[in-house]
Amino acid sequence: MHVSTPVTHTNNRPKSQKTIWKKLFNQESLTAWLFILPSLIGFVLFYALPSIRAIQISFTNWNLLRAPRYIGLENYQTLLTDPKFWNAMKVTLLYVIYNIPLQTIIALFMAVVMDRVTKSMLVRGIFVLPYLMSNVIVALIWLWMLDPLLGFVNVVLGYLGIADQSFFGSVKQALPTIAGVNIWRHMGFNALLFYAGIQSIPKNLYEAATIDGANEWRMFRYITLPLLRPVTVFVLVTSVVGSFQIFDTIAVTTQGGPVDATRVIVWYIYQNAFEFFKMGYATALSVVLFLILLIITIIQMRLLRGDSSDLA
Amino acid sequence: MNGIRQRITVGKVFTWLLLIALILITLIPIWIVLKTALTPQKALFSSVSELFPQDPTLFNFRRVLGMVSSEEMVAAGGSASSINFLRSLWNSVIFTGLIVVAQTFFSAMAAYAFARLKFIGREVIFFMYLSALMIPTMVLFIPNFIFIKNIGWLNTYAGLVAPFFLMSPFAVFFLRQFFMGIPAALEEAAKLDGSSPFGTFWRIILPISRTPIVTLVILTSINMWNEFLWPFLVGKEDNVRVLTVALQFFRTQTPQGAPDWTGLMAGTFLSIIPIFILLIVLGRQVINSLQFSGLK
Repeated sequence: MHVSTPVTHTNNRPKSQKTIWKKLFNQESLTAWLFILPSLIGFVLFYALPSIRAIQISFTNWNLLRAPRYIGLENYQTLLTDPKFWNAMKVTLLYVIYNIPLQTIIALFMAVVMDRVTKSMLVRGIFVLPYLMSNVIVALIWLWMLDPLLGFVNVVLGYLGIADQSFFGSVKQALPTIAGVNIWRHMGFNALLFYAGIQSIPKNLYEAATIDGANEWRMFRYITLPLLRPVTVFVLVTSVVGSFQIFDTIAVTTQGGPVDATRVIVWYIYQNAFEFFKMGYATALSVVLFLILLIITIIQMRLLRGDSSDLA
Repeated sequence: MNGIRQRITVGKVFTWLLLIALILITLIPIWIVLKTALTPQKALFSSVSELFPQDPTLFNFRRVLGMVSSEEMVAAGGSASSINFLRSLWNSVIFTGLIVVAQTFFSAMAAYAFARLKFIGREVIFFMYLSALMIPTMVLFIPNFIFIKNIGWLNTYAGLVAPFFLMSPFAVFFLRQFFMGIPAALEEAAKLDGSSPFGTFWRIILPISRTPIVTLVILTSINMWNEFLWPFLVGKEDNVRVLTVALQFFRTQTPQGAPDWTGLMAGTFLSIIPIFILLIVLGRQVINSLQFSGLK
């Protein structure tokens, strides 16, 4: 086999080509390609090509009526000096800050309470009920609950001697109100994830800690919290990435207002694309959003050392 | 000893009270929706501070379901605005149903190939699928909208389901993880019996993967039933409008300052009913599926 004569040498090439050919078109490969074909078509048409198209479109000026005109980096330059873009970034960031810490703490707390007093499926069912309802339904529920004139919350506040609030209608309150609505929708679901995480922590750790005289808080701080790390990372990454893309609730309630108080980044992208028909600018904004989310995810994974719990 | 026991009991009572408070915070808004939906339009103002409906009526539900003539509506003191509720409900069922069946099936086929079959490019393609999970929907939806518009699929079922129909990166990833754990001996036995690869997939792999497939189907159904952005972009016309889009329309098209609250809440409550049914029929499985979505 190792003898290399001119004859075998010249034969070498077609032979190796033949093996590649064979590899590509043997029975198993062919079957495999048939198996992934439908998903591959879907992937190419609705994920791969649109990703490339988004970048292409972001270098153009295009209103969908006339042909797109290539303008290089102009959209990205405009964006840097667009006060509405920066305001949208500020509003979005503020929203995330109102939303995430409170939501995560409440969810953790709910999970610990459930773990301590009841494992009832009914209680868990009630807590995930808001998450099972669409953002649109949840937004409508709270639009009514928080109506300045007739809303139930103002009735309750009235009994407590607090003046009527305008919630969605106030520049100051609109964004925190939307954050509150989304906390209401997500806290039970996140609690469920934490609860599942707590169930997988070995019970003997708590028994040992009790024997050592540790109180509830110390057990939470030094056993539950560290061992929940993978779940916490998952919850934080998905909810931060989700919060940055808040859209549905805004579309139902404030539509970006009052003034610009709730014009978050995805709403601004939507307006540019589907109200002002600036497809190029809208996609440039969306590409920037993608980059921001990518960086945030990487930072979060690093900071929280995502893969490992402290159990190992 | 006695002291410790007492402290624990106080702590227990306190935690129970907190739990009840959390349950009330979750349920009261939904109760208020039902209460409002059962309140006659004329009694809305006077009943705001009541916890139970005054002179409860099903009129608002009938109104929203299009079972009331417009003269009767105006006579009852409301606007003649209505929501084509049954049509939207049907559209939501079609939208969710088509996607769940097709996406799960095609994703399972792909997941099987990635988990079990050897072919050139397997790792590369799988990695590309995975990275698609990172892309914000808005980035993809603008080019997707233009594509659907260009092929004339705006306001059609085809356009509504297209981006979700053939795959979802999450579904492929989720099922591949599970398929990798199935003992290879099972397939080899089938092969010896002369089963074709598709036969093996259909008769062996799918049946023994019942549990993860049910989990995936539940998660996908919830997500698609609640999907708003894509149908909002491509399915605004009445004939294809899904429930989420129809409710958003109903809300934004009522006159400013005087929304039709009783009608809106009747529509909202009707949209919650399928969720109640899901929880009552499949409660345990739904909760386990959701719990599972957080664990790797």
